[in-house]
Amino acid sequence: MQLLSKTYCQYLRYIIMRTFLLICLSLISYSLSAQVKLLTLDELDKRMAAGKDTTYVVNFWATWCAPCVAELPNFEKLRVANLKKPVKVILISVDFKSKLQKEVIPFVVKNQIKAEVFLLNETDQQKYIERVDPKWTGAIPATLFVKQKIRRFYEQEFTEKQLKNTLLNLK
Amino acid sequence: MKKLLLMGLVLISLGACAQTGGYKVGDVVKDFALKNIDNKTVSMADYKDAKGFIVVFTCNTCPVAQAYQDRVAELNNSFAAKGYPVIAINPNDAEAVPAESFEKMQAEAKGKNFNYPYLLDPDHVVTKQFGASRTPHVFIVNKTDKGNTVEYIGAIDNDPEGVNATKEDYVKNAINNLSSGKKPVVTSTKAVGCSIKWKKG
Repeated sequence: MQLLSKTYCQYLRYIIMRTFLLICLSLISYSLSAQVKLLTLDELDKRMAAGKDTTYVVNFWATWCAPCVAELPNFEKLRVANLKKPVKVILISVDFKSKLQKEVIPFVVKNQIKAEVFLLNETDQQKYIERVDPKWTGAIPATLFVKQKIRRFYEQEFTEKQLKNTLLNLK
Repeated sequence: MKKLLLMGLVLISLGACAQTGGYKVGDVVKDFALKNIDNKTVSMADYKDAKGFIVVFTCNTCPVAQAYQDRVAELNNSFAAKGYPVIAINPNDAEAVPAESFEKMQAEAKGKNFNYPYLLDPDHVVTKQFGASRTPHVFIVNKTDKGNTVEYIGAIDNDPEGVNATKEDYVKNAINNLSSGKKPVVTSTKAVGCSIKWKKG
């Protein structure tokens, strides 16, 4: 009887340990996959300047913007289609900074977004909108294509095909 | 190849759409006659005593526009009596976004106690004339001998989230400038907003 309870206890302990380990692991992978960092435009420029021959497709979006959310899968498809090419898709959310933990990260987790996601760390809209592109009126979605000296800005929604063609015709 | 060319053309025309012409500061605004949520038609000419208008392109569904609803009502409270009433226009197409329908506009205005007209702009005619690109998007016009002249285009303030320590009330300041017979110091600003939901096809 005593022996039985001893093995039972061991078994129970093993189960608890295992569950604990599993929870830990899933927590780690959760936080890794859902990392959304803050990003200033200076940091973005620096990043793109270091990219050399990489083409950057930078999409400005927000969790509250229905057309942005609708076109996000097209950016994911573009990312997957260009995995072996020097193409980088960067999604920059213009959500309020206070929404990072409560809205943006849960959104990224829920929609399993694999592209790099940042939250724009700028306060002065007068400066940053103009700096991204003088043509930008502030409406989103908006997308910037950057390949070294080439900069193309579009204040519009993109279909998968339009994204592909814009990338191909970037000159 | 033909397809590619066509695609390019579509892209170019889309790009052109995004930067619609519209009014610039100093332009004279053409009057409109749009249906209000009470089914009556509203024109600028109806306001005999007005010195000008705060025309706000806003809608039911945009969270940024919603964040500004109270501030728009406050603008009307402060400035309608001083001769600058708010006229709100919904630029969105109800077929593209059902929540922007006339009935939903009525419900929104009732629920949020809109104290100003909230007009429907079918086919985006007035929206395109103004060149509104997002919600909320404000145009301040001032009555002059030439007509209703655009004096300011842009945001209500630089604090959508209510956290900016260096808040600037662009619209209030512009109206205060105009009220004292001066030109607005800041005549144009940019802000993040929701794109206009254009009619499909």
